[in-house]
This record gives sequence, C-alpha cells and structure tokens, in this order.
Amino acid sequence: MKSDVKIGLECHAQLLTRSKLFCPCPTDYHNADPNTHVCPICLGLPGALPAVNAMAVRYAIKVALALGCEVQPEIIFYRKNYYYPDLPRGFQITQYDFPIAFNGMVRIESDGGEREIRIRRVHLEEDPGRLIYKGTIDTARHSLVDYNRSGIPLVEIVTEPDLRSPKEARVFLNKLRSILEYLGVFNGDLEGAMRVDANISLAGGERAEVKNISSYKGVERALSFEITRQRNLLRRNLSVKQETRHYDEVRGITISMRTKEFEEDYRYFPEPDLVPIRIAEYVPELKAEIPELPDERRKRFIIQYSITPEHATALTYDKLIADFYEAVASEIDPKLSATWIADVLKGELNYRSITMREAMDRLSPDDFVTILRHLERGVITERGATVVIREILDRGGKPEEIIKRKKLARISSAEMQQAIDAVLNDKENTGAISDYLAGKSEALNFLVGQVMKYTRGRAEPKEVRSMLENALRNASG
Amino acid sequence: MKDITVAEVVAGIKSGDISCEELISGIYERIERSELNCYITLNRDKAIEEAIRVDKNREAYMDKRLLGVPIAIKDSISTAGIQTTCASKILTGYVPPYDATVIEALKREGAIIIGKTNMDEFCMGTSTETSYYGPTLNPHDHTRVPGGSSGGSAAAVSAGEALIALGSDTGGSIRCPASFCGVVGLKPTYGLVSRYGLIAYANSLEQIGPIATNVRDTALLLEVISAKDERDSTQIKIDNNSNSNYVFKTEKNGEDVRGLRIGVCREFLEGVAPEVEESVWHAIYKFEDLGASYEEISLKYLKYALAAYYIIAMSEASSNLARFDGLRYGLRLDMDADWHTTFSRIRGEGFGEEVKRRIILGTYALSVGYYGRYYLKALKIRTLIKREFEAALRAYDILAMPTMPCVAFKLGERIKDPLSLYLADVNTVPVNLAGLPSISVPCGVFNGLPIGLQLVSGQFQEDKIINAAMAYESSFKVFSS
Amino acid sequence: MIKREEIEHIAWLARIELDEGEKERFEKQLGSILDYFSVLDELDTEGVEPTYHVVGLRDVMRRDEPKEPLSQEEALKNAPKRDGGYFKGPRIF
Repeated sequence: MKSDVKIGLECHAQLLTRSKLFCPCPTDYHNADPNTHVCPICLGLPGALPAVNAMAVRYAIKVALALGCEVQPEIIFYRKNYYYPDLPRGFQITQYDFPIAFNGMVRIESDGGEREIRIRRVHLEEDPGRLIYKGTIDTARHSLVDYNRSGIPLVEIVTEPDLRSPKEARVFLNKLRSILEYLGVFNGDLEGAMRVDANISLAGGERAEVKNISSYKGVERALSFEITRQRNLLRRNLSVKQETRHYDEVRGITISMRTKEFEEDYRYFPEPDLVPIRIAEYVPELKAEIPELPDERRKRFIIQYSITPEHATALTYDKLIADFYEAVASEIDPKLSATWIADVLKGELNYRSITMREAMDRLSPDDFVTILRHLERGVITERGATVVIREILDRGGKPEEIIKRKKLARISSAEMQQAIDAVLNDKENTGAISDYLAGKSEALNFLVGQVMKYTRGRAEPKEVRSMLENALRNASG
Repeated sequence: MKDITVAEVVAGIKSGDISCEELISGIYERIERSELNCYITLNRDKAIEEAIRVDKNREAYMDKRLLGVPIAIKDSISTAGIQTTCASKILTGYVPPYDATVIEALKREGAIIIGKTNMDEFCMGTSTETSYYGPTLNPHDHTRVPGGSSGGSAAAVSAGEALIALGSDTGGSIRCPASFCGVVGLKPTYGLVSRYGLIAYANSLEQIGPIATNVRDTALLLEVISAKDERDSTQIKIDNNSNSNYVFKTEKNGEDVRGLRIGVCREFLEGVAPEVEESVWHAIYKFEDLGASYEEISLKYLKYALAAYYIIAMSEASSNLARFDGLRYGLRLDMDADWHTTFSRIRGEGFGEEVKRRIILGTYALSVGYYGRYYLKALKIRTLIKREFEAALRAYDILAMPTMPCVAFKLGERIKDPLSLYLADVNTVPVNLAGLPSISVPCGVFNGLPIGLQLVSGQFQEDKIINAAMAYESSFKVFSS
Repeated sequence: MIKREEIEHIAWLARIELDEGEKERFEKQLGSILDYFSVLDELDTEGVEPTYHVVGLRDVMRRDEPKEPLSQEEALKNAPKRDGGYFKGPRIF
C-alpha cells in the first residue's frame, strides 16, 4: 500500500516493579489518594539523591531482547532539563547517548500482509507526576499536581517512522502491549500504564509531534485528526509547521502547545548523582527468562491444536486468555475449547466490559472444563452452558451448583416426548399446527418456541425441531 | 570553649563533671551577646531539652562518642524539623521532613545541634557575603569576612559559639573559612561522606566535612559522618563499619612524620601575599625539623583549574537549582499569570544576584552550541588535572601550599567584582576537581588575622594529612582559639 | 561581550526574570567572566576522555524493595498553596 503518511511512535510503558525507579516508594498508586506514595526523592526535595532500581534495569533489558534489539554494554543516565509543574526537580532523569538498546523490530499484520516496524531504541526513564486541571488545559484557572506517579519506571520504546496509517499504529500498539504483558513486566489494564507520543508527517509537510495520547483508541483518533488537519493545510497551500501539539481526549482534537517565543533546549548532561552501569553480563540469563512470545505461541497453537489462524490470534493476544485456553484444551477437545473461549467467553467479557484478569476472580479453567465436559456429555445444552458462564461472571458460583439451581440439566427423551405432546395438544397451538400442515414452515418456529418455553430451555432446539417434524408428519400421516 | 577538646567535653559529661545543660545554655548566651551573625536558625528549645536528657541518662549513653557536644550545622544540610534555607530567600520557611545521613549519624552519637549556620547563598561565594541574611563577621576582626561559603560554621567554632561544626566544600568552602578564621577544616575525598541531604550546588565536586579547633576533633567528627549510606550512589563503601577509622589510625601511628615526603607546588605560591608565603614556608621548614623532607614541583595544568571548576560547578548548579519554583516549598508570590511567568518571577525575586549569575552562566555552558566548548572541555581539563595530581602524589606523600592567597579581606571589598572573588579560590578548587582530601590548619597570624596551611593527599588517604597536621599542630600551636 | 538577546534567551531557558539593571550588569560581568573562561581554548584536549565521575564507581544499583513513603501531610507540609491533597499551582496557559 503506497502512502504519503509517515508515523513514528514513542511509547512509554510503566514497568511492574515493586518500588519506583530512583526511590523505594511503593508503585501501587493507581487508586490511592494524591501525594501518598511520595518521598523526598520523587518529590524533588532539596538534598535527596536518586538510586537505581536493579529490577527496572532487568525488565528493560528483557523488553529490549523481546523486541529483537541490540543490548548495549553500558548504560548512563542523563538529565533532561525543562520546566513543568509535574516535573519536581526541573529535570527528568532519562537516557540519552547510552540507552538500554538499539535496532530492533516488531512484525504486525496489516491489510492482509505482514509489515516490519523497526524499533530505533529502548531506554529507561522516570514518569513525571500528574497534572490535573478543572476543564481543559488551556482554560483552567489553576493546576493541581499529584506526585504519586513521579518516579515510576518507564520503558520508552521508539519506532522509526515506518507506520503508514492510524490503524497500523493501533495494531502496533496492541502487539507491543501483548509482548510486554507476556514478559510479565507490564499490566495494560492499569490506568495510564501506556502513554504514547506520535510523530506524523505527510509528504510536503513538516513533522508534528502529538503528545498526551493515553488510550489505544485515542491513538487512532488523534492521528486521524492530525492527518485531516495537515491535509487541509497543504490543500490550501499553507505550510505544516514543525511543532508540538497536545491531544485532548475529550474533544478528540490536537491543540498547538506553542506558548513561548524561544525553542526549548534540554541541555542534556550525564546525571552526576548516578554512575554508569554495565549490563552486558545480564543478557544471557535474561534471554533465558523470556517466555514464548505471542507470535510463536500463535504459530504453535495452530499446529498443536489444529485451530484456525483467526482463533489462534484471538486466543494469544492476551496471555491470560492463552494460558486459560491451554489449561482447558489439555482436558477438552481443543477445537471446542477454542470456539467457546475465543468466541463465546470473549464475547461475554466484551459485553460486560471486563478484562480476563477480572473474570478470573470468579471463573477458573477448572470451572470451564467442567462446563464443557457437561456439554460434551449432553448433560446441558449449548444455551445452558452459556447461562452457566454468564451466571459465574455476574454472580460467581460453581458450575454444578448452578446447573442444579437453575434446572439446566437437559431433559430425558420421555420428558421431551411429554412436552411435545403437551404442546401439540394445547388448543392455543391449533392455529400454528394447521398453518404448518398447510405448508407454512415458519409456523414450526413458533411451536419449537413453545416446547422450549414448556421445558424452560432445557431441551436442545435442534432435537425439538426434528421430533416435532416427525410428530406432525405422523399426525398428518 | 577555649582550648577544650571534644574528648574532654565528652569525658566530663559522661563522668558528670560537666553539666551538659550548663554547657549548652552557656553557648546560647554567648550567641545572644554576639554580633557575628553566625546563625540563621537556632535550635534552642530542643537543644536544651536534649541537654537535660543527656545529664539525666548519661549512664545509658556511655557508648556515644559525641555525647552532649554542641555542633553547628551549615544551613545547606537538611535537618528534620529545623528550618533549612541555604541562606536564600527562595527557601524561606522550608522545613525538611527528613535528616541528612550525616545528621542521623551525629544524633546516633549524641551530638546536640545548636543551630543552622550562615553561608553564601546556595554555597556560591567565598566570603559569606551573598547570604540573604547578611554577612557573618570574622571573629578576629569584625570589619572583615570570615571566608565562605561555610563562613558561619567556621566563625562559630572560632568564636566558641559551637565546639565543632559541619560545613560543605565544593571549591574551598570549608578550607577557606577555616583559614580565615584560624580553625581546622577538612574536605574529605569525594565519595567518602554521604551527600544524601546536602542541598546540591555542584554534585560532582562537593563533600560535607568537619570543622573544629584542633585536628583530633576534626578527625573524630570525620569518622562519625563517614557512615555508609545506600542512598548515595556516588559514595564508595570501604570495608568496616564506618568508612574510616582515622582516630584509631592516628592513635596507632602517633604523630610521626619522619620520612614524610612533601611536594611544594610553585604554582600554588604564585600571586600569594608575601606574609602568607612566609608563614607557609615556616610551616614547611617546621616539617623538616620534624624529620620530613620537601621538594619543589610544578603542576602545569593548574592554570586551567579555576576556569574548568567554575564551568563545571555552574553547569551542575544551573540544573540543581531548577527545582526551586515555589510549588512544593519555599517562596510563592500571589500572581495571576501562567506557570512559566509565575515561575520566572519567583526565581527572579527569590535568588540573589550571584546565584542568578551562576545559573545563567551554567545554563549557557550547557546549551546547544556551547556544550562542547565549555562543559565537555572543562571535564577533559579535569582529567588532565586529576592525572597530574595523582602522579605527584605517587612521588610524594602529601602536597603543601597556602589555603588562601591572602588573609581575610574587608567586607564589601570584593563583592562588587565577581571575577576577583572567583580568583580567591585558586588554591582550593584544583583539589575538588581531582576529588582528593585536603585539610587546612592554622599556621600563622598577620596583623591578628589567621593564615592557613593546606595539605593534600591521595584518594582515601585522609590518614596521611591528618597525621601530618597533627604532628604540625602539636609542635607549633598558633591560636588558643 | 555577551549580547543582550543571548542573555534574554538564557534567562528564559533558566526561567529567571531579570530586571533592566541586572541585564545591564550581566552584559558586562558575564562577558568578562566568559573571557576568563576562554583560557581553556588554548589547550588542545584532543583524545582526552572527560571525567564525569572522579572516583570511577560503576554498577551501583539498589534492590527492588518498597519502603514506607511520607504521609500526605508530611508531603504537603511545606506547600505554599494546596487544594485538598494536591499541590496547587498557577494556570498552564
């Protein structure tokens, strides 16, 4: 696909360490009161000194390896000097000339084919605090600052401008998220865990940078808006300036951030309070710790379980779902398991807007195995199985107990016959019966419905239909 | 405080011969009568409370090496619950919620904090004249400066307003006031003492260090504050409990300097006032009498040291001081303007002129287009100077030179011309560039004004300069404070 | 000499508002200080490595162990302006 659009992404992902990058504050701040996860270091109090979290370094190296990058022998932290209320020291400790790694690559699916998106670099840096304002950033009278987030370790992943459309950008981010979660260093369900800055240019225009994108949908929207904005300018023979723009999530637009006359100059220099760290020696052991990643797992699922590529993709995007599937498929027919997890279960999760992680508080692989086993043996119908899944997701409980309580056990042939007799003999249904016998085959649907109602859904619709057809044929016979 | 040592005070308090409460109260009375302006903040109520507690429970405190000793703390060192201002308007009212590591160490050993001493604003100065709280006066002549930037600490010890003190030294800020005030001051090897809690001026150059009336007390204080600290990633962790054991070492070696080889660098004697040069040579001859030997040497990169030092210090400072914006602590103005404007006005009002000058120069030295010419170049010169010192200190045990090129100058004499003030640091800054330990001991007097002898040794060889200084001190007592 | 516009640009980068008097004095003083610094230009340092850390330490890291943070009150104690649990600052634009 030829395109004049060039998009590069700078992705910042929060790492799941227990303490912050440069101080021992706990990192579980997401639902906490403001300014309750801070200390002299991450608050920027004078005199406090940073100290590097070894686990954050390990995690960042793993990310670099999983993205196929060349890990560097030594890393050095630098100061990036600029001023903003959420930056407590007036500089951010980040990496500049000596990052964790360079030159990696991620494959994504695009328009029926595969594309390689090059990774320019991977490095470690600290998250700033959070700025809150009533209203929008350009109209608020005050700013409010919460430093709980200040100092959280971020791995920054920078791509080359290889992405050709907003949709590709979203696909890339999904892939990246998947890889990071597989590594166990990232939880995409946490609010603000992944933030993206995008660089976008069209042929004939300068590059605009869009900051403050914090959702996957936001990326597509922000970039679509930008492309439209830039095309409009070019169409009117106006120039697209090189500038920084802020993405407003609520209004779905980008606003120019240029408020000053002079350009910013970050005056990077090595952080004097930290020393260089040699990391080459950690690579072999960390490489060995990397689990099977999404692409490999997908390929294996197709071969090992003989499932379709579509199912394999749906099952491997989220590591929890993939693990869940394999646990179930070890006991139940893999193809059946695939359908019930990739299509049915995922559908129920989407409908309820809950994550697999949340679902697993109530639904275990064992529970799912039990349900599918009852289905395989004909103890419950497909509809019954669905009811059990929904009940567990909504209210918890165990499959056998639910089947009993809701009387979902499939009925016997005798009960079935009895139901059919009852429905056919019911005066209310004579009209439908004669319609069917007269040739209106849709009338059968009504009768099937009546049997289902009578049996309270415990009958298998297909069976009901064929038994009814037989009964009516014999009756007319 | 005249002629009494820490050992004597601690022994007296432990035995009950000295009342800690009386000692501490006496100090506060003295401070009240004084016009020296050594202190910005006094810790009177808590200190006296502590002194009473010490007197009551002294049997339980027998292991504390600084029990009841009154200590003055430079106001660039964070003290929990006590206002810490760096002598700047921009930090008015700032009370740290934590103690610097050195303060924790002092408290463990039972020392009593008298108060926070005056200094040049953010350590930027050589005379304590840039302080927002006015200058400190030299106890030997109230019309003259006490030196800087730890002027308040050195003057307090000299005047008996504390027994010992902590200062910090980035380019001479402990040694200079020690020299001008006639007391002993030591700048440790870079990386010996934890900087956690020291409000940073130039992180790659500075160290917290001890000031006292005699070398042994200085060494003991150094030992206490050298506690290992995981929170400072630039601190070397030497084996054994504390990072040093100087008192023990010096007890062992005694004060023997026979065979000590001294290097006397001629560049350090250039441009020095004749009375200072004479006094320092007398000291060197004294060492000869004691069995040491000396040779004249030349360190040719020293002429670049001052420029390199200031570029590095100002660059780091411009970044270290960026956090002072009135949002989380300090000065705030009531303005209805946007963030950048408000922020700039607060800093314009809160910082003194010297601080502004250095921030501007430091920002300039780091900026696009100038980084290679200034900051990077200075760091390369630093390499050359460091190598040259190391070579000299392989050939000689210690180097000796004047601490300052002159005696204390008059208040107001140099402050209008910043460059002339910078040039006064010419003998002290090279040592910070090389990261080496250095001590200043009184070696003479001129018209009642003290002269300081500076001794320098190799990295983590504090024992050599302490030993030599102790030998010199016992043979040639200059002041009885 | 250092030009007035350069001083203004640097003062912006450093976010320090200078008054007229300061700008005038700085033009002269900074100029002579920078002249003094130019002594470094006469030395050829080709091939010399810069010294960022004078003691040569490397590989210093800490274990990933959380410790008790400050309380919200302690964190906000020195705040000149606050709004509930937040630090309050001026508007952005």
